[in-house]
Amino acid sequence: MELESTRDGYGEGLLKLGRENKRVVVLTADLGESTRSHWFQKEFPERFFQMGIAEADMIGTAAGLALSGKIAFVSDFGVFVTGRVWDQLRVSIAYNNANVKIGSTHCGITVGADGATHQAIEDIALMRVLPNFTVIVPADAIEATKATIAASKINGPVYIRLGRASLPIITKETAEFAIGKAELLKEGKDLTVIACGIMVHQSLEAANVLEKKGIFARVINLHTIKPIDREIIINAAKETGAIITAEEHQVMGGMGSAVAEVVMENCPVPMKRIGILDSFGQSGKPEELMREYHLTADDIVKEAQNILKRK
Amino acid sequence: MKGEKDITELQKICLEVRKDIIRMLGEAGSGHPGGSLSAVEIVVSLYFSVMRHRAKEPNWKDRDRFILSKGHCCPLLYAVLAKCGYFPAEKLLTLRKLGSPLQGHPHNIELPGIEASTGSLGQGLSVANGIALAGKLNKKNYRVYCLLGDGETDEGQVWEAVMTANHYHLDNLCAIVDRNRLQIDGNTEDIMHLEPYPEKWKAFGWKVIEIEGNKIEEVLSAYRQAEKIKGKPSVVIAHTIKGKGVSFMENRVEWHGKAPKKEETEKALEELNAAVSLRTK
Repeated sequence: MELESTRDGYGEGLLKLGRENKRVVVLTADLGESTRSHWFQKEFPERFFQMGIAEADMIGTAAGLALSGKIAFVSDFGVFVTGRVWDQLRVSIAYNNANVKIGSTHCGITVGADGATHQAIEDIALMRVLPNFTVIVPADAIEATKATIAASKINGPVYIRLGRASLPIITKETAEFAIGKAELLKEGKDLTVIACGIMVHQSLEAANVLEKKGIFARVINLHTIKPIDREIIINAAKETGAIITAEEHQVMGGMGSAVAEVVMENCPVPMKRIGILDSFGQSGKPEELMREYHLTADDIVKEAQNILKRK
Repeated sequence: MKGEKDITELQKICLEVRKDIIRMLGEAGSGHPGGSLSAVEIVVSLYFSVMRHRAKEPNWKDRDRFILSKGHCCPLLYAVLAKCGYFPAEKLLTLRKLGSPLQGHPHNIELPGIEASTGSLGQGLSVANGIALAGKLNKKNYRVYCLLGDGETDEGQVWEAVMTANHYHLDNLCAIVDRNRLQIDGNTEDIMHLEPYPEKWKAFGWKVIEIEGNKIEEVLSAYRQAEKIKGKPSVVIAHTIKGKGVSFMENRVEWHGKAPKKEETEKALEELNAAVSLRTK
């Protein structure tokens, strides 16, 4: 199976955009290579801004560039480009409705050995609460490239959540990507697994295992957390009667919470949110951490069997 | 708008703007008179003499830009924008009221002429840098002005932005610090020591111009001097009097963020009217 990280997909998206749109500029805070924005830098040095290890100033500068007609992509690690600069995101970008896109790499615990300080597992919660922000979590490198390009086409702030780890390619180059429109990856009638990012692949694996046990799980790639695709969620609740969410993020305030808000207000059915349970991450290999924090296909299978008893 | 007005004319406008600030705050019942009054000459000079801008075409591409980093002093900016014709002067008395475009801190989506929403201190200079960088990238000749409070420069982000402006040689950028030496909790040097202040900016690579910031002629000369500096950004450190023009507010820290009551508003307006008639004699 082909493997590639979503940060690579982002870097490729930036390069494509750089070639087709002169308004695109890129900023980083001493993390050009790690965020793959150095590919853009090599080809378009005059449109690339190295801001030093000064994230707050970078956010403001990006806002200023955007208010002057540029499409500014900020490339940085998830921990430093969300919580650390949340007020700058709120006032300089969101309140101005500035046309800034946040390319947030190294999200989730699969950052691995760097440990808790460098693992952003609160960022979806922090970003989806900001007015004007669109929040996207691509499931693989192909989708990350598409999300990067799609983000440039809407006028306003967009947060793109990306990872460091290499992931299997599960979406098709030809598949349509529309912000706010979730993708149905597998049909099923017994329950629905709604996932984002790295957990989409795990959910598909889980669905295959479940199928062998005679349980048919619908799988949805909810790549846009905000604006959320209410229709696909409500239909899943009505048609399958049980929903599991899976994300590499705190369950509090994350994608699962966003889904629960829609389900609860429209069509309450049994739900289970899989994610990190109010704790920090730690050092380890990505696959070890996935097991340690119960973010594997096996964990989804187990919860699927449990939730059917609650239907 | 470009075109020199004589100094007497600008001084008259300053008095009118001070009256507007007092009226607005009196009507609103809350807000920040001290730092609005101290920076009147700084902002009036920009809009009535220095900056190229068009009130009827607020998004004119070649306009000079002004960012009010100390957003709480927006009554001053609103009064100046109204006087320039960006919106009807009647709107001024809606300051801080429900549904008004004149928010308690400036919001660029609501009001024409506001370049960027500000109010959370320390962010404006970074935004100004971005606008200046875009100007360079687009080969535009516009200049960017950014007004900060001296207390505001306690914020670390300001010094990040100070480094950035130097690193990118933003000679199309001019920062102005309203050095009125007071912030909400007291004297700037007691709250967080700033001195040696000009030396700090110099050490970061900026051209420093120090002036008496309530003297129109000094303010104008500072802007002219800054325009000529090439290869680096300039900062005008404007020594001012907080609450300038209203005797009972001058240099009094309690007038940082308190609106005048009815009788105080009347007293302040009387003083300012007396100054107007003195000037017209």
